[in-house]
Amino acid sequence: MNIPRNELLAVGAGLAGAAVLAFLPLVTEGFWLSVSVNIMLYAAICTAWALFSGPTQLVSLASAAFFGVGTYSVAIFVDVLPFPALVLIAVAAGALLAILVGVATLRLSGVYFVIFTLGLAELMGQIVTWVQTNFGGTIGLYVFTDLTEAHLYWMLLALTVIVFMTGWLINRSRLGLALRIIGNDEAVARHVGVDTARARIILFAVSGAFIAVAGAIMAPRYSYITPDAAFNPMTSFLVVIMALLGGTRRLWGPLVGVVPFTLVMDFISGHFPNQTAVIVGIAFLSIVYVLPDGVTGQLESLFRRRRPTDHSLLATAVEEGR
Amino acid sequence: MLILLTGLLLGGTYTLIALGLTLQYGVARIMNLANGETLVAACFVTFWLYAGYAINPLLGLLVIGPGAFVVNWLIYAWLMQPLVKRARNRGMLEVDSILATFGLLFLFQGLMLQAFGGSYFNYEFLAQPFSIMGDSFGLNRVVAFVAAAVIAAALYVFLYHTDRGTAVRAVAVDPRAARLVAIDVRRTAAFAFALGGAITACAGTLLSTFYTFNTSMGVLFTMKALIIVIMGGVGDIRGAVLAALVLGLTETLVASLLDPGLTLAANYALFILVLLFRPQGIFGKRPA
Repeated sequence: MNIPRNELLAVGAGLAGAAVLAFLPLVTEGFWLSVSVNIMLYAAICTAWALFSGPTQLVSLASAAFFGVGTYSVAIFVDVLPFPALVLIAVAAGALLAILVGVATLRLSGVYFVIFTLGLAELMGQIVTWVQTNFGGTIGLYVFTDLTEAHLYWMLLALTVIVFMTGWLINRSRLGLALRIIGNDEAVARHVGVDTARARIILFAVSGAFIAVAGAIMAPRYSYITPDAAFNPMTSFLVVIMALLGGTRRLWGPLVGVVPFTLVMDFISGHFPNQTAVIVGIAFLSIVYVLPDGVTGQLESLFRRRRPTDHSLLATAVEEGR
Repeated sequence: MLILLTGLLLGGTYTLIALGLTLQYGVARIMNLANGETLVAACFVTFWLYAGYAINPLLGLLVIGPGAFVVNWLIYAWLMQPLVKRARNRGMLEVDSILATFGLLFLFQGLMLQAFGGSYFNYEFLAQPFSIMGDSFGLNRVVAFVAAAVIAAALYVFLYHTDRGTAVRAVAVDPRAARLVAIDVRRTAAFAFALGGAITACAGTLLSTFYTFNTSMGVLFTMKALIIVIMGGVGDIRGAVLAALVLGLTETLVASLLDPGLTLAANYALFILVLLFRPQGIFGKRPA
């Protein structure tokens, strides 16, 4: 494989950075460690979200559904299986859900997909509640493990590294090439024989599986798991807002949004618990209006004086031409 | 028979919700994910007028409809117009409007949560039995259905038998061509968005007379409306009416035969069937 030198450098720098971050639980605990867990959590989820929604320009509003599926994979089997097996179940469950959604919607125009994902978390929550009240007895489930906050941090850090590596490998693969062609011009992609629906479904499954793993890792922290908490729509919302703030054109774009936003969110939910939704709503709107390309996109166009990338433009121009 | 009629009565209100959304999406080209919040807000205003000032919800319509029209006009003028101007094509507007209204959804929900809290609300209005063909129904449900039918019929007459309505339909078909025949597209789009919001709000008022509501149910109704609009075909009024009745019927069937906790699952099942077999809508033509 012929890997450009600057990419190798970036990968090396990323791994070195991750190695340094791995020492964090040894020097701090309590409040800052728990904030770091949150940052790592959203770093993993937002990057996984952007793996799909970045190149395809399809806004997925279903992060909470995958997150909850992962959490429940742990909650249901925690007493009978070891934790690594639970993570594998989460991978399978997340990918399966994504494939089902993808098969139903990704062969059609994008708007169906967005609509389908809008209520998906709510749907999963409703189904889980129904199953539990009719067959399971109680609504909540307990998750007791020996995992400490530091363990969660390390697992999330590892997950983030894996998400980044996957994103990088996809970019270099045939799938990545196919996605770039689809992003540039879907009609052209079809003509040169790219199975556009298949490429999207695979990518969505990868993204969904990662988000489910994040949910699985977080399950021990909640210890008591209810459908309302696991499938909280706020998760989907925060993921979109952080990824947009950072920008989705670069793999590391979402990360730029995650770090400051998680810190600010922590402050807001600590000091204004009742106004959180309102403040976050306003923040979201300002990002959509003021920074449509995110911080990284804005910086890029400032420095390079390049016109905003054309791939979003062309892809949608095809839509309009229909 | 009981289930059938209950489902149809429910479908009447759903028709209005979907008509509101189809005006906003089909004409103004704004995929409004905050549509359900308009509905919930109308529920609460109706409750507040009824409980606080003893104003009959049907009279409340006269305040809430125009009020929602003004609010939605302002939302369009201040928040959506910049997106329309910024968008270089329809696809970009779609993504932008989805994101913006998704933000609005949480903003409105947060505001209402602060004002009313998270608990469930309902009030008694015309809670008497009314008998149709041997079965008895809540009079409030029957009145809501009749009122919904009247509003839907008025909308139909407006769209198909007035100049203004024809202009709205023209913009729905092709905004560029509409400009060639001297239609002010921007104004018409704003008007359609505001009218859509007003109709959704009326649906909310009617819904609140027989339905238990809370601040976080907006998304569910946005989903229902979207599914109806897609099932009926975007911009297709006959389709929307039929689809709304089908949805109301399916929901009632599932709620009474299986479990009331599975209504959203029923919605999704219907949605999947539509996506698999008729993504172009019930009366839609298959794209070439």
